[in-house]
Amino acid sequence: MRILGISGSLRRDSYNTKLLRTAAELLPEGVELEIWGGLKDVPPYDEDDDGAAAPAAAERLRKALAAADGVLFATPEYNSSVPGQLKNALDWASRPFATNVLRNKPVAVVGASAGAFGAVWAQAELRKVLAASGARVVEGDVAVGRAQDRFDAEGRLADDDLREQLAEVVRVLVETAAARSAAAVAA
Amino acid sequence: MSAVADVTQTLPVGTWQADSVHSHVGFAIEYNGGTFRGTFSPFEAKLSVDESGSTSLSGSAPVSGVHVQDENLSAHLQSPDFFDAERTPELGFDSTSIVLSGDEVTVLGDLTIRGATQHVELKGTVGQPLVDAHGRERLAIELSGSIDRTRFGIDWNLALPDGRPALANDVELTAELFLVKA
Repeated sequence: MRILGISGSLRRDSYNTKLLRTAAELLPEGVELEIWGGLKDVPPYDEDDDGAAAPAAAERLRKALAAADGVLFATPEYNSSVPGQLKNALDWASRPFATNVLRNKPVAVVGASAGAFGAVWAQAELRKVLAASGARVVEGDVAVGRAQDRFDAEGRLADDDLREQLAEVVRVLVETAAARSAAAVAA
Repeated sequence: MSAVADVTQTLPVGTWQADSVHSHVGFAIEYNGGTFRGTFSPFEAKLSVDESGSTSLSGSAPVSGVHVQDENLSAHLQSPDFFDAERTPELGFDSTSIVLSGDEVTVLGDLTIRGATQHVELKGTVGQPLVDAHGRERLAIELSGSIDRTRFGIDWNLALPDGRPALANDVELTAELFLVKA
């Protein structure tokens, strides 16, 4: 099983990318998490550029999402909301709307921020965007506040409670994705 | 001499199947201050009336057959936000009681939407059976009832600028059934 990890932060030392790396260590056996590195290359959404041949970076995003059994998003919070580049990428992913690659896709949302609240508003907005796109947003959240104090020198999430919450979100995501794959095989 | 004496007080014996060409099953819900409608097509409905007077009405429809005027809206209705067609591809109804009073009928039954089964009441009218131009015995039944969609786990909404919800919880269901005797 393949889970795609998408960090909403482009920064090299992003706490959210570290959060995804920690999630990769908490996966059940037989499950891989690939962190998607193409976010920065996705151009601004323009309907004139979409259609039979979308820009290559947008196509790569759609293919990566289509190939994944589930997607784990880790988002920071910019001005109380989802970072523009992540929202823009989802705008590409959600077209054509009726048949987009996110439809019924099990997805989970977690987040980290330097502030006290751990990107809870951005996470809520991201869940709303994903549900509106037709994704199956699984229950559970992880809010890593004061992220600068939560990761060790190797970049691992060092807080046991948060690690446990992250493991639980990952478990539910994997379970949901496995049930969907099993149903598809049975059908 | 009165018309009342002619009214059927029991449903005619037989197995009656809905003729899908002429029948109509749909829903209506208040949305953004107006009434939004959709239909279920295809669907199946069967009325069974045995010699002892025991009656049952059952029906089913695939969620993929929920039709509205726009493919994007249709996709939203199929998604986990609404009917969640991938997990629960069927809608179903099974009556638990059918009571006639003149040409008026009350049907109680179990309605299953999104995997949740809830007891509902439908009311309507039953026509007089007739033989059509092709020799088939026909019976028309029209039913309607109101359900609270949130009882079936369909909670989606959007806040209007004044804070009110854009979509009502109560949904009016209607079934205009042209039944043909099997």
